[in-house]
Amino acid sequence: MDLKDLYQEIILDHGKNPRNLGKFDNYNKDAKGNNPLCGDNVHVYLRLNENKKVEDIAFEGHGCAISMASASIMTDMVRGKEEKEVKEIVTDFLGMIKEKDSLETNILKDDEKTKLMSLSGVKQYPMRVKCATLSWHTLTSALDNSDQIVKTEE
Amino acid sequence: MNIDDIKREFPIFDDKIQNNDLVYLDSANSSQKPRVVVDRIYDFYTKEFSNVGRSVHYLAVAATNLYEQTRLSVQKYINAKDKDEIVFTKGATEAINLVANTFGQKYLSEGDEVLLTELEHHSNYVPWHFLRKAKNIKIEFAEINDNGEVTLEAIKKKITSKTKIISVSHLSNVTGAILPIKEIVELAHSKNIPVLIDGCQGAPHLKLDMQDIDCDFYAISGHKMYGPTGIGVLYAKKKWLEDLPPYQGGGGMINEVKKEGITYGELPNKYEAGTMATAQVIAFNESIKFMEKIGIQNIEKHEKELLDYGLEKLRKNNSVNIIGNPKEKGGVISFTIEGVHPHDIATILDEDGVAIRAGHHCCQILHDKLNLPATARASFGVYNTKDDIDKLDEAINKCKKIFNL
Repeated sequence: MDLKDLYQEIILDHGKNPRNLGKFDNYNKDAKGNNPLCGDNVHVYLRLNENKKVEDIAFEGHGCAISMASASIMTDMVRGKEEKEVKEIVTDFLGMIKEKDSLETNILKDDEKTKLMSLSGVKQYPMRVKCATLSWHTLTSALDNSDQIVKTEE
Repeated sequence: MNIDDIKREFPIFDDKIQNNDLVYLDSANSSQKPRVVVDRIYDFYTKEFSNVGRSVHYLAVAATNLYEQTRLSVQKYINAKDKDEIVFTKGATEAINLVANTFGQKYLSEGDEVLLTELEHHSNYVPWHFLRKAKNIKIEFAEINDNGEVTLEAIKKKITSKTKIISVSHLSNVTGAILPIKEIVELAHSKNIPVLIDGCQGAPHLKLDMQDIDCDFYAISGHKMYGPTGIGVLYAKKKWLEDLPPYQGGGGMINEVKKEGITYGELPNKYEAGTMATAQVIAFNESIKFMEKIGIQNIEKHEKELLDYGLEKLRKNNSVNIIGNPKEKGGVISFTIEGVHPHDIATILDEDGVAIRAGHHCCQILHDKLNLPATARASFGVYNTKDDIDKLDEAINKCKKIFNL
């Protein structure tokens, strides 16, 4: 295990200065997620337009550097994408965090993939995987209009 | 007492953990186990095993005697008046659930109040919440002050004519505050209100004398007292155990079972339904003996020295913020570092073998009050040294460096 893999510059940067932090008025989808183990929580807001495109997205919440950076990078990445594409990115990301070595989707550009891969360090820290995935599960829940609050624990 | 000798009695410190010497600062969560406790479990299973209290063969009688010897040891250790006041449970959580359930059944009805504090662990809130749902009772919380203490005054303020039971921690697992339990019991009894003490953090670190404290119930966790998991103790005054209904039904807790009706067993069997954690109870006797051998006064003194040293050291460390400043405090230091989330702190400290806990420590009410989602916590046991605290301090510095503080 190497801490430098986990706490890369980009993670520290996004963790300290999360992008898209806050809430905007005309969102039409949202969902909450929490991690009962540590008390961290996230609330994802997004606006899906008539073409099913993510017009805007933001999140509120507090958490560790990993979870804040993950939500920050995620919201940056899915803005402007179509719902179908967002779901493909989410699946690809979760697959990478859990088992795969790399990202497979063609939707993301190489530099975007590099950015997302900066979160792959959590694989060596099983207890921290949930920090990286919470906002992504919450985004799925928002898209699916689920009333269920996403929890990292069953 | 020589800490190096004591530490050598704990096999976990023999080997490196992830290539590091283990700096175990998570004893408020669960303590490590001395060799005598581990060996006792092994010996019991390999040479002496039988279920207790049922059969008449040699092994069953011997196991029953061993099991009852632990009861006597606990009675003596906490200075309970009668051995029948010692009920074995699966943990302190079950002990509190037992009281909430049986006392609630018999004595609580709509509008009655249960008085807790804002410091309580979830295990001393959720069982009462069940009653709030089932019986529409009210739960009141005595407030903490700026030092993270709950004073006698704060308790007094929340007692009303509706208060039917008071249930409070002996020692906070977050701020380390030691509550004035004797005074609380005295005050409550002057108003005919019984008191349950959640002694999870009290029992491993403070001298216990049930007859002196005079509380009605006291919950103990075995695994925080250098004992096995799966074992706890409910101390309850005999009058309550005779008066309250049984908790769980099953084998061992009955007197006579007929199609028309059932009568229950004598104390303490009435509250020990089914096969108990036999090996753990028997091994728990070794934990008690281990603590007695060192002497609780010596444990208290050692942990106080560590606490003073730790507080001094961490207060000097810039950007470390210590949570609470109680006058009477046990060996717990909860802290935050400005700009670093507690979970990141815990992961980075772990890299150097420093094991702490991060999160809300099962005290969300308290963390809400403090307006903190989470804290990092270092807690001490008898095996900790000043060197451990130096390593904690160094690891915190590393953490600050990674986060460019």
